[in-house]
Formats: sequence, C-alpha cells, structure tokens
Amino acid sequence: MTEKRKIEVPVMADVFAKGQKPEYLLWVGSAGAFDDRYKKVIRAFVKILTHLKVDYAVLGTEESSSGDVARRAGNEMLYQMQTLTNIDILKMYEVKKIITCDPHVYNTFKNEYPDFGGNFEVIHHTQFLQKMIAEGKLKIDSNLLKDKTLTYHDPCYLGRANGEYNAPREVLGAIPSTLKEMKRNKSQALCCGAGGGQMFKEAEKGDKEVFMERTEDVLETGADIIVTACPYCMVMMTDGLKYKNKEDQIKNYDIAELIEQTLEL
Amino acid sequence: MISTIVFALLLASAIGLFTYNVRKITRNIKLGKDIDRKDNPVKRWLLVFKVAIFQSKMLGLPIAGILHLFVYAGFILVNIEMIEVMVDGLAGTHRAFSFLGKFYPIIISATEFFALLVIIGCVVFLFRRNVIRLPRFWKPEMTSWPRLDANIILITEVVLMTSVFFLNASDYILQTREYGHYEQVGSFFLSSFFVPLIQNLPSDSLVFIDRACWWLHIVGIMLFLNYIPYSKHFHVFVSFPNVYFSKLDPAGKIANMPSITREIKSMLGKPVEPEETTDMAALSFGAKDVKDLTWKGLMDAYSCTECGRCTRVCPANITGKKLSPRKVMMDARDRLEIVGKNIDKKGKDFTDDKSLFDFISAEELWACTTCNACTNECPVNIDQVSLIIEMRRYLVMEKAAAPGELNAIFSNIENNGAPWQFSQQDRLLWANELYINEK
Repeated sequence: MTEKRKIEVPVMADVFAKGQKPEYLLWVGSAGAFDDRYKKVIRAFVKILTHLKVDYAVLGTEESSSGDVARRAGNEMLYQMQTLTNIDILKMYEVKKIITCDPHVYNTFKNEYPDFGGNFEVIHHTQFLQKMIAEGKLKIDSNLLKDKTLTYHDPCYLGRANGEYNAPREVLGAIPSTLKEMKRNKSQALCCGAGGGQMFKEAEKGDKEVFMERTEDVLETGADIIVTACPYCMVMMTDGLKYKNKEDQIKNYDIAELIEQTLEL
Repeated sequence: MISTIVFALLLASAIGLFTYNVRKITRNIKLGKDIDRKDNPVKRWLLVFKVAIFQSKMLGLPIAGILHLFVYAGFILVNIEMIEVMVDGLAGTHRAFSFLGKFYPIIISATEFFALLVIIGCVVFLFRRNVIRLPRFWKPEMTSWPRLDANIILITEVVLMTSVFFLNASDYILQTREYGHYEQVGSFFLSSFFVPLIQNLPSDSLVFIDRACWWLHIVGIMLFLNYIPYSKHFHVFVSFPNVYFSKLDPAGKIANMPSITREIKSMLGKPVEPEETTDMAALSFGAKDVKDLTWKGLMDAYSCTECGRCTRVCPANITGKKLSPRKVMMDARDRLEIVGKNIDKKGKDFTDDKSLFDFISAEELWACTTCNACTNECPVNIDQVSLIIEMRRYLVMEKAAAPGELNAIFSNIENNGAPWQFSQQDRLLWANELYINEK
C-alpha cells in the first residue's frame, strides 16, 4: 500500500525561528537550484533524506554561489566575497554539518573555507549514503537494476582532489547490479571537461571535446547506465551520450537517483 | 705524480664550477615569494622515502618505472666505485680498496652488475625515444634541445658505464700477466665477458686501455656533473627537496590569498582583525612573472625532467588543445634562467620587458580544467595547477582579461549569487510539488 505524500522542504530561516537546529544543512548548490537536469538529483536526494527521516534544512533563497568556479577562474576577489558572506550565514544558523551533492562545493567548503574561519563537517552525498548503508539504515533489496551494468565516472573534485574513490563504489555495490570500471578510473580517471570554469565557456581550439573522449571510455564498457556524482559531470556525460546518439541505449544518472529508483520513492 | 696533480686540479675545478652553478640555481629559486613548507617534517620525510627514494609514482608506467629504477639505483651504486677512483686519483694508488681481500672482487662484480642495469635502462630509453618514438617525447614542446638533452644524458651514461667494463677487463688481463703494479685482486664477474675482446693485445696496449678508460670514466663524470645544472637532468638533485616541500593539503585546495582578505572584509563592512594588515607590496594579484610565484613553484620548474607523464594524462592535451602541463613547467624554467642571467649581467634590480606571458599564452591557461591529473601523475610532486591558477589570477584581477563567458558568470555570481542569470529569489523553486511514495 503506497501513498503519495507531499514533501515540504525545511528552510533554515523557518526552522531556526522555531528554535530548532537541524543536524544537517543540505547545500543545494547553484546547479541543484537552477539546472533542470540537476534539480532532479536534488529532488531525489531530498526524497532519500525524507525516507531516512534525516533532520536537515536548506538555506533556500539565502543560499548563494560557493565561489568555487570564481576562484578557479582566477577571480579571487569574488571568491572571497562569496566565501565570507556564506560563512556568515552558516555561522548565524550555527551550522555544524553540511551535506552537498556537488564535489566542487564539497572541496571548497572542506578544504578552503577553513582559511576564512569556516570550519564545518562537510559530507558529500555519496559519503552520506555510504554511511547510511553501513549503519543498516538504508537497505536496497530491489531487483530493478539486477540485470543492468553500471559504470561509475569519478568526479575529479571527489576523486583526485579529495581521495574519495570508495564511498560511491560502496553505495553502488549495495545496489543489486553489475559494476564495470572504465579503463581510466579512480586516480587515473579522465576529467569530464567541465571543471576550472570550462563548464561556462567554449573549449579552446583542439581536435575534440573532453566529454567526447570520456564518453568513449563509457561506451567501451558496454554499460547500460553511467553513474555520476557531480552536477558538471552530469551535464557533460549527458551531452556526450547525445552527440554519440546513445541516449536511448545508455542512461545517465546520479547515484542519488539510482537509490530513488530502486527504493521506488 | 703529475697525474695526481692533474687529477686534483680537475676534481677541484669540477666541484668548484658545479657549486658555482648550483648556487646560481638556488639564488634563482629564492627569487620566489615565501611560502611555509616546513610544517609536518615527519610526514614530509615519509613522502621523501616513498615518492623520491622508492619512486612510488614512477611505477604508474611500469616499464619506464622499472627501467628508471635500474638507472637510478645503478648510478648510485656504481658510484661506490667512484670513491675508490677518487682515492686512487688523489693518492696515486691503484685499486686502493683491494685490501678488502676476497670481498673486493665481490664488491666490484656487484658494481659491474649495476653498471649493466644502467646500460640496459639507457639503451631501452634511447630506443623508446628515438626508434619507437613514444608520443610523449615528441610533443610540440619537445623541440630539438629537449630531445638532444635527453639523448646526451642517456648516451653519456652508457659511455661512462661501458668504460667500467673495459677498465676492469684490461686490468684483469694485466693481473694475470703479473704486469707492473697490477697486483692480483681477483676476477670480476661481468667484465670477464669483455676479456676475450682484448685478450690478444700486447700489455702496453692494455695499460693504455686501462688508463684511458679510467680517465674517461673520471673526467666523464666530472664533465657530466657540470652538464647537469644546464640540463633537465638537474632533477637528480632537486627532486628530493622538491618532494620534501610538496603540498600536503588535498590536491583540490587552491592556495589562499590572505593579502586581499582584509580589503574584502572592509568592502563587505565586516570588522577587521587588528593583526590583519594590507601589505601594499604584496597586493599584486597572481603571477605575471617568475618572481610572483612561490619559491616552491620555481623549484618545481627546476625539478621537471620533461618526462611528459603530466601531459600524457592532461584532458586538454589529450583532446588536442595547446595546453601541456610539461610545457608550462619548461617555460617557467626557461623564463627563470633568463631572469637569472639578467641579474648576473645587469644587476639584481634589472628588469627586461618580458614576463611569463611571453612563454605561456592565455589560450593555454584557459584550457585547464583543474582536474589535477597532472599533479597526481608527476613523479616528483610538481604542482602545475597552482602555476596556472596564479597566472589566471593575474589575467583576471590585474588585466580584466578573462574570456567573455567567464566575465558573464562573474557578474552573475556578483549580482544574483549563481553562475547563471537566475534570481536568488528562485533558488527554492526546485522544491515545488515534490512528493514521496510512502509505504
């Protein structure tokens, strides 16, 4: 007997006004807020949080760019303005733990915000899901993907930048399915081509787009689903599959969406 | 007696010239800005053992890694014999260490074994570079000088090591003939295979070969030592400190610019800590020239041995863009050498009208995805990304010369807090009409 229930996403200002301090702040990120494809990922992850009865809230309209792209594109002034403003808001709400689906946000919050007095426990959503599975709170006994082959694309800012290769793989391991690695994986994984500001500009002159090169790695595995864990990688891999005319055969999902599907949330 | 004097003079001038050139390089590295890399000595030493001494990152490419280990270990261990050569040269003795008795031939045979490893390694390397022509050795930045430099190094090492075999073989034959001062010290395993080649020569010819090889070896080493500071081969010295002074933060962390934080705080109307001062001299943004990089950034440039592993994994380079992380490092060194020569010739305050931007183009800098594949790959922990970011900072903050699309996202972030042109008030629209299936 399933029943549809509307989710009211808790907003920090409201929750805090009631004198409550949620355990986690979910940092949605600009892609989660505005990119149509990535909104689905945030919605999926919020469903999982609701399903797990996690005590969380979002900043909503008080959230702003983390500044990651400004810093990497060389605009340190803008980066520091974003950083100092964001830290003020986070401190105002006495935030201790931050979950985000964006490895770029994860990286700058975890490694760069402390230089400005912003010390938070920062958790990438794949790490959060791994923890929930390890603690037995999240169980996936669906056969939905049992006959499917998955391949996982390591986001640079989760993998090489922060050494997190296991969490996403452990989560995928908990979903009945087959995982096939690309020839370039983990620390050797090829970038999707979007980091460091590339997402927002034309690529420099060359023979090929980086995402096409990476899409070829995906095609080589013969996987049915390419799994990502980063908004940039999501856009790039989607484009790659489109240009290769493979979008009907191969699907591109974030790890959170796979959990959403297998749990039928 | 004369030969002792000649030897001593040669040795003194070789060491003197080498010291002079190393001091120049040290001075050049010190032109960089200060950065604290003295924290956490235990972690740093462990890194030196793992990455520099045991070359853990070289094995990412197993063939090159193992052969390099041959050459590296071989060259160090063969130089045990160099100690004896030095003693012989200075004291006028012959095989001064032969007092070790029956251990002596074992030690010499062992050094011969390592000499053989060096030769095998170098010959295969020459083959890979010049015959197989591995793509990473033929990228555009591998112009005639870098290619020649690599071949000079490899051929010199082969010649130096081969001389050891002929030296020992002729010596052994002379021993068996009980010729002159060639006393019986025993046979050496590998050079005994060279014995038949020269066995029928008269004794005075063998003495000539022995002496010629001895001088070739020692003078060759002295010349090679003094070639190294002009060559990419300088990595044999500087890669150890370079690994020690590695960035210990996660690769994703970009160096902060605390110099501007105070300004930003006052712009935002935030209280400023009394210890936060604005150093106007430090308020240049990013790197225009080598002096704007940190000394570690400059040490990186001298540590690069142009192996091209970074470029081989660079997504921009793989897809045909102009960016090559190796070229960026080679350019930094070339520019630093010019700045150093200017100082030598025209005094330390002289500046020419050139900068790093005469070597590295904006097109290269903007092609980087900051994916850290290059830094992850570099066997001596060079940080190519930080140089690229510093030069981008200069372009953006000093020259307002970011590509148009990036300027657009900067103003979007400034105005509405997102790279896209959406209102901050719409940041929660994604949460509308969201339902969950409850079981």
